[in-house]
Amino acid sequence: MQYEAPLTTQAAVALLAKAKGNAFVLAGGSDLLVRMKGGFIEPDLVVDIKRIKAMREVKKTAAGWTIGAAVSCAELGENKALIKAWPGVVEAANLIGSKQVQGRCTIVGNMCNAGPAADSVPAMVAAGARAQIAGPKGRRAIPVELVAIGPGKTSLKKGELVEAILLPKRPAHSGDAYLRFIPRSEMDIAVVSCGISLTLDGKGMVKDARVSLGAVAPTVLLVPDAARAIVGTNLDDAALEKLGRACSAACRPIDDKRGTVEFRTKVAAVLAKRAAKIAYTRAGGK
Amino acid sequence: MSVKVSTTINGDSVDFICEPDETLLDALRNRVGLTGAKEGCGTGDCGACSITIDGRLVCSCLVLGAEAEGREIETVEGMADGDKLHPLQRKFIEHAALQCGICTPGFLIAARALLDRNPDPDEEEIRFGLAGNLCRCTGYDKIVRAVQDAAKEMRGA
Repeated sequence: MQYEAPLTTQAAVALLAKAKGNAFVLAGGSDLLVRMKGGFIEPDLVVDIKRIKAMREVKKTAAGWTIGAAVSCAELGENKALIKAWPGVVEAANLIGSKQVQGRCTIVGNMCNAGPAADSVPAMVAAGARAQIAGPKGRRAIPVELVAIGPGKTSLKKGELVEAILLPKRPAHSGDAYLRFIPRSEMDIAVVSCGISLTLDGKGMVKDARVSLGAVAPTVLLVPDAARAIVGTNLDDAALEKLGRACSAACRPIDDKRGTVEFRTKVAAVLAKRAAKIAYTRAGGK
Repeated sequence: MSVKVSTTINGDSVDFICEPDETLLDALRNRVGLTGAKEGCGTGDCGACSITIDGRLVCSCLVLGAEAEGREIETVEGMADGDKLHPLQRKFIEHAALQCGICTPGFLIAARALLDRNPDPDEEEIRFGLAGNLCRCTGYDKIVRAVQDAAKEMRGA
């Protein structure tokens, strides 16, 4: 195996593009090293992106926020301005693993690992986040929900890597939240999860919403019907019920040791209602 | 092809050579001779291999040795000041917060990282802060008491 730690995105792209055999990007390594040591993958090349300065930064821009691909989740949890703007995204990122894992893991790695239960992904999807991708043909940005195409599979092409997550600018009266169900109190993988982002008008009516579910399908889902259920309401009980039903209807889960189809389908509705209330309060709704 | 790594460990400049796919934990133990960090699970679940890199708590089993180039690494071997134990080490002994001892270096490093950021954690914060460290002997209670007592002493309270 060859280990490279390039200093620029261009150099990283060049290494990945010309790689023969299995090439992998190393950000935090909390998934990659486990897969390597478990014998699930045998990399010929590992490209460590943590020496690329731009990928180590969180920047507030005119368009919103740019979170570099090598920024650890622990660093996100210490960024007060980011927490204020996108509390749901940060709380989701901070639910991944232990403090030790937090010190290494990244939301871009979480997304590119393409696990259906990835904690940060539903929050990013609800936030309308985009993944900025660099490749041999230049740069492109796609919605986060289009990165994973199945468990462990992404739409990235050879030579491409995700440089950053782009979070949009927040209108006034906006809030987001992420909740997951796990049987323990910490250090576990979501059985069901839900991310919700919404924007209110000045009178507490939901003007705009995005709802996302994790661990109930091969990829994280964006659920437009669930968003439609609460837009134009002040999140009254009827709207919450409709939100819950839309979420349950969108679930296509599997039965496994973590939870049954029935349980996941039911809990998706429960989490969606709770997350919506938290997002609503954060948006300034009463 | 082997990788030559120049790094700082517990304040000392250290050079070592490792394989590109070798973990920092293996490099520390087998190349540098620092066996304080232990391998429990090797998958980032147990925390026995906890160290800090540039002040950040990590599992050294999930870090490649090659990544240590130019970084500042702290292991349990650097906690005591000569013969003078760190307050956390002393309190772990006083409270009998260990039995077999395999998890102890990881707990000490994780507890120090916790107190660096939060000098006065409540019990819940301690338990969450140390959730990445598994102990199969003590039942955790004595560890929590030891950390609380050390925190109190370190605050000068």
